[in-house]
Amino acid sequence: MSGLLSSSIARKVSMALSAFFLMFFLLQHFAINITSVFSESAFNEISQFMGANPAVQFVLQPILIFGVVFHFVMGFILEIKNKKAQGVKYAMNNGNANSTWVSRNMIYSGLAILIFIIIHFIDFWFPEINTKFIQGDWSGMHNGELRFYHELQEKFVPFWRVALYSIAFVFLSLHLLHGFNSAFQSMGANNKYTNGLKTFGRWYAILIPAGFIFIAIFHHLTHS
Amino acid sequence: MTTLNSKVPKGAIGEKWSKYKEHIDLVNPANKRLIDVIVVGTGLAGGSAAATLAELGYNVKAFCYQDSPRRAHSIAAQGGINAAKNYMGDGDSNYRLFYDTVKGGDYRSREANVHRLAEVSGNIIDQCVAQGVPFARDYGGLLDNRSFGGVLVSRTFYAKGQTGQQLLLGAYSAMNRQIARGKIQMYNRHEMLDVVKVDGKARGIIARNLITGEIERHSAHAVVIATGGYGNVYFLSTNAMGSNATAAWKIHKKGAYFANPCYTQIHPTCIPRSGDYQSKLTLMSESLRNDGRIWVPKNMDDVMAIREGKLKPTEIAEENRDYYLERRYPAFGNLVPRDVASRAAKERCDAGFGVNATGEAVYLDFAAAIERYGKEQALIHGVDNPSKEKIIELGTGIVKAKYGNLFQMYEKIVDDNPYETPMMIYPATHYTMGGVWVDYNLMTTVEGLYCIGEANFSDHGANRLGASALMQGLADGYFVLPYTIGDYLADDIRTGPIATNSPEFDAAEKEVNDRIDFFMNNKGTHSVDYYHKKLGKIMWDKCGMARNKKDLEAAIKEIKEVREDFWKNVKVPGEANELNPELEKAGRVADFLELGELFAKDALNREESCGGHFREEHVTEDGEAKRDDKNFAYVAAWEYKGEPSDAVLHKEQLEFNDIELKTRSYK
Amino acid sequence: MNLTLKIWRQKNANDKGKMVDYKVTDISEHMSFLEMLDVLNEQLVNSGDEPVAFDHDCREGICGMCSLYINGEAHGPDREITTCQLHMRSFKDGDTIYIEPFRAAAFPVIKDLVVDRTSFDRIQQAGGYISVNTSGNTQDANSLPIAKADADEAMDAATCIGCGACVATCKNSSAMLFVGAKVSQYALLPQGQVEAADRVMNMVAQMDAEGFGNCTNTGACEVECPKGISLENIARMNREYLKATSKG
Repeated sequence: MSGLLSSSIARKVSMALSAFFLMFFLLQHFAINITSVFSESAFNEISQFMGANPAVQFVLQPILIFGVVFHFVMGFILEIKNKKAQGVKYAMNNGNANSTWVSRNMIYSGLAILIFIIIHFIDFWFPEINTKFIQGDWSGMHNGELRFYHELQEKFVPFWRVALYSIAFVFLSLHLLHGFNSAFQSMGANNKYTNGLKTFGRWYAILIPAGFIFIAIFHHLTHS
Repeated sequence: MTTLNSKVPKGAIGEKWSKYKEHIDLVNPANKRLIDVIVVGTGLAGGSAAATLAELGYNVKAFCYQDSPRRAHSIAAQGGINAAKNYMGDGDSNYRLFYDTVKGGDYRSREANVHRLAEVSGNIIDQCVAQGVPFARDYGGLLDNRSFGGVLVSRTFYAKGQTGQQLLLGAYSAMNRQIARGKIQMYNRHEMLDVVKVDGKARGIIARNLITGEIERHSAHAVVIATGGYGNVYFLSTNAMGSNATAAWKIHKKGAYFANPCYTQIHPTCIPRSGDYQSKLTLMSESLRNDGRIWVPKNMDDVMAIREGKLKPTEIAEENRDYYLERRYPAFGNLVPRDVASRAAKERCDAGFGVNATGEAVYLDFAAAIERYGKEQALIHGVDNPSKEKIIELGTGIVKAKYGNLFQMYEKIVDDNPYETPMMIYPATHYTMGGVWVDYNLMTTVEGLYCIGEANFSDHGANRLGASALMQGLADGYFVLPYTIGDYLADDIRTGPIATNSPEFDAAEKEVNDRIDFFMNNKGTHSVDYYHKKLGKIMWDKCGMARNKKDLEAAIKEIKEVREDFWKNVKVPGEANELNPELEKAGRVADFLELGELFAKDALNREESCGGHFREEHVTEDGEAKRDDKNFAYVAAWEYKGEPSDAVLHKEQLEFNDIELKTRSYK
Repeated sequence: MNLTLKIWRQKNANDKGKMVDYKVTDISEHMSFLEMLDVLNEQLVNSGDEPVAFDHDCREGICGMCSLYINGEAHGPDREITTCQLHMRSFKDGDTIYIEPFRAAAFPVIKDLVVDRTSFDRIQQAGGYISVNTSGNTQDANSLPIAKADADEAMDAATCIGCGACVATCKNSSAMLFVGAKVSQYALLPQGQVEAADRVMNMVAQMDAEGFGNCTNTGACEVECPKGISLENIARMNREYLKATSKG
């Protein structure tokens, strides 16, 4: 990482920018998923559109993957650098007196999310890639109808997977509780809107993951 | 007796400095690169001098005992800095600032120096603003001023209650710029332990690296001492723990005369001592006296009840209180100058009316101010028939806005809410007007050895006015010394670098090493603090706010005894070649033990009362200070001859051509 | 009151160092924390042991010399004060108190509780000033009006005492609050504009070179800062930095 990323503030800004991108992606992902609660056909159609559109597949998807990888790699780099900057550890450190547990443990909530993403890839993304790029089937059809809704419902049949997803989203929520506002602070946003933004950030960090959990439970319960 | 030549230029007072400056020798820029200057101390005076000398092109080596130049004790000054800008249009002028300073100093300062100080005061503000010092401003965006004790105009510039800090950080930033350019070599955590004279001229110093204990030789063409005052001779003072007189005392021993050591300022509004463990005293800005009323109970019964905790001060009826300043000085009341207010508090406490367990405290009461402001606010906000609670609430708001940070500081230290119970205050040693004697060029009696800021004696006479210390420090460092030193250095352009392997450096280093060896090998019985506290008690009891012949003679004898005991029985743990705070303290206390005696000797010699020096034998019929202009309008400059008792007195007669000598009256 | 002290002892920079237990008795609640340490040191000197070295000077909360990490917090449990202003009434009889030096790779220990904070000086030297010479001929102070709000805000940033509590308390040992405060002071004043871009770039570069960590916005520094310097100063520095970068 040379050039722009050689300074601490540049690294910080890059973390924030990738975070903004991921938070936006998360919102979009949620918006698509929530349609599955209301309408099977809408969900199927949007999924087919996203899955078959070359702009999404060949431009946005690589950018997204880069964003995810960048955010993780930079997170680890920062963690290593910061550990080194610390020197000798305190015998007694009362971190709770001045900061939240969440803000001090982004690396752990981040790691939990990383593990989740791997599982999530195994569950959904790898089969998708297999169908499309190896078997060359871009139709999105199975037994004469769009397959996405059924695949979704089937995934959430086992209780363990619902539980696992729920736990992962709790970690995501924790990560966002600090991360959302932290990203704005890193970009230097601190003005009359800051307080409103903070409130919004807290709601975002709670509602979006809660919504994902709701979707998982919904399909677990409504599976036919 | 040699004559002391103050080298004050001839001419009218208002033209002396400008004419002189135009005619003194300068060093051309190319030659400045060949000249080294050592500056010891990095407070307002030393920091500003180091930065300016480096800007001019000299190679500067700066030394401070702290871990960074930014920590010098100038940083603790709260109130402000005076300058005759007349921004308020209230009739201020250089002359008026000059006059106020000479009068405030009780006519014991050198006229020409003070006038120069007033002349450059305005430049200081310009310079500091250009540097980015965030002075307080009013809503029009222009600089705000406030008034301070002892004067009739508003000329004090301030930055919240942290003016000293902001000015010091300004000087520190100017230094940083030069350090980055390589023009200043900064030696943090270094203590100067001696000056080196070659052929009668100051040519370097011996310094100890406080981290490694290494003794280092540093040479230069001139040496500037800016190491502050000697208030810690009292052990307890508002000075920093590390503030010391070692550099000033060492140069005194090498030939620099020490002037007026008995002029010490005892500041009236400090937080009282709470017990024997106390390590230092905390000052609260004098501005508190604008609204606080000072009192003690009238009746001894009440005093006793208060000390036993049976009675609260708020429970004492108005008629049973003695507002002694208002009683004794109806015209100025609680706003009499510092020395007068301090002595009055001591008088009441000596009479047994002190209001805390140690018997050394008086009340500073804001209840009346809160009520007055409360009623005013009720009127402004149109509150009809306000309740007592409402008045107190409104008034408290105003007092909080004015003094909030001071009240908060008081509450943190004393754990008492000063909005509800009166504050307790007592005087404490704060500033020393006396110091190393310097001529108009700020050069000491040793050639090439300069002394600036609080460390010299020159500008405040026998008493310093509020907000003038910062002014003097920066005036000396930014605007006076950099010019006058050029006049001396102009002769040094062909000298070349000063060698540090000369016999003079050998001798000075040996002296320093011998003393350190003594401390390390003297397996005594008492800690350094033990002696420092003993000295402090003698100084406070016998050379404090009021002095008399009998006590001073006793003090001289006792200090000598303590000193002798110190050199037999002091115990310094640890090793010489490491960070050793006890060793540092030992050297400083050893010097205080000599300075203290000279202090008492000087006080004994000065058979008059003036400014901070009050002799009980010399009072008017109603107990006020009585000056003796006929016999004592001189600077007492002492020459070192071995023991402090052998010091030889040299007099610099003070001439007052532009100001008429008057008795100060605040009645 | 009687107390058990667990104090970091380290002979010099090369020594490994360890926590050592001490007992002090008859401590008055009115003592300041450093006066309590004075008592301990007097005790140690009298018993022939080496006293504990700690930094301190003004003892009124302004010089920034005192440090100490007390019971897991920079400058101890109270807010907006330095260690020298902490009083023993904040503790109870029988308490055990941990006393450690400010920790950061950029603040190496010199001895016991004394650390080297000259990295802060070097950051300031990299650009923490306005390049103006002492001529006495600078323009009149009032020729440059500055809005009161800006002057006040600059003053709030300028109150930093450079103690290093922000670094000590930061889990990343980041110095951004310290640097942000200085950058902010000048960024808010017209005098500081000329060199603004160079200043922020150079100071940040020096901060990184000194080995301070990366800020992750935990906000601990703001809470522990004895002068209450706000996180807004870091945000402003980030903005100034972005502005400077976009200028090239």
